[in-house]
Amino acid sequence: HSLAPLIVTMPKTSAARPKFYPTDKVKNTRNFAKNPTKLRESITPGTVLIVLAGRFRGKRVVFLNQLESGLLMVTGPYKVNGVPLRRVNQRYVIATSTKVDVSGIGAALPKDDFFTKPKAAKAKGEKKFFTADYEVEPLALPADRKDLQKQVDNAILGTLDGDMKAYLGSKFSLSKADKPHLMKF
Amino acid sequence: MPESKPSRLHVKGTILGFKRGRRNTYHHTNLLQIEGCNDNKEANFYLGKKVAFIYRAQATKAGSKFRCVWGKVTRSHGSNGVVRAKFAKNLSPTAIGSSIRVMLYPSSV
Repeated sequence: HSLAPLIVTMPKTSAARPKFYPTDKVKNTRNFAKNPTKLRESITPGTVLIVLAGRFRGKRVVFLNQLESGLLMVTGPYKVNGVPLRRVNQRYVIATSTKVDVSGIGAALPKDDFFTKPKAAKAKGEKKFFTADYEVEPLALPADRKDLQKQVDNAILGTLDGDMKAYLGSKFSLSKADKPHLMKF
Repeated sequence: MPESKPSRLHVKGTILGFKRGRRNTYHHTNLLQIEGCNDNKEANFYLGKKVAFIYRAQATKAGSKFRCVWGKVTRSHGSNGVVRAKFAKNLSPTAIGSSIRVMLYPSSV
């Protein structure tokens, strides 16, 4: 009788038993390419979304596309409801069945890095302390952002009629008899 | 841009009490009644939604006299649309009968 089936050989190294353990805590980086965030079927480019939380809660915005990080890129358009090109999490949004034509946007839509805040040059401790009238300069919105906003918005505004503009300018609100679990958005 | 009126983006609800049997109360879980939700099936929409218990206090903290305890709807309770919720900190029994806000996020619509 062979004892081979009774003896379990452990592999020398495996994912479960790595050969090397880092001493410092290694940050778990999510590989977005490998695990892309699944976009809800109800959300397609041009869908009007209702923002549920944050500064623009209640506003109806137009969905442009999903970024690499999985967040949704969205625009008011700015002229209509004051929402600029912005990122929004899918979970904080209700997709309506209303669609807007966004095929006309010729401008290259920005990526995630567009939305990260530029690191302000921090004055060193001493300099800050000794400068008499030290003031933090408010970061002015760079002109190219405004231009891009206008480019994207103009392409959309062209396809909107008066009713649609009024709709996007209005806010979503629940009233007394409303039952969200029965509402068809 | 003209200032628009605030909009209600939450569903009102009431705290019915703690999860309990006749003689034992489990303070870690509360029972909530959500307005308009009268069925087990209707309650499914609210599962996972964030819930806020907002109350007033005398002292101003962080610029407001209003304070909030966040929680979430965990599961339905019974067949009449009542729902169970767990909060970051267990709620006080004085909260029983008071209002709660069931937010519409995390949304699956």
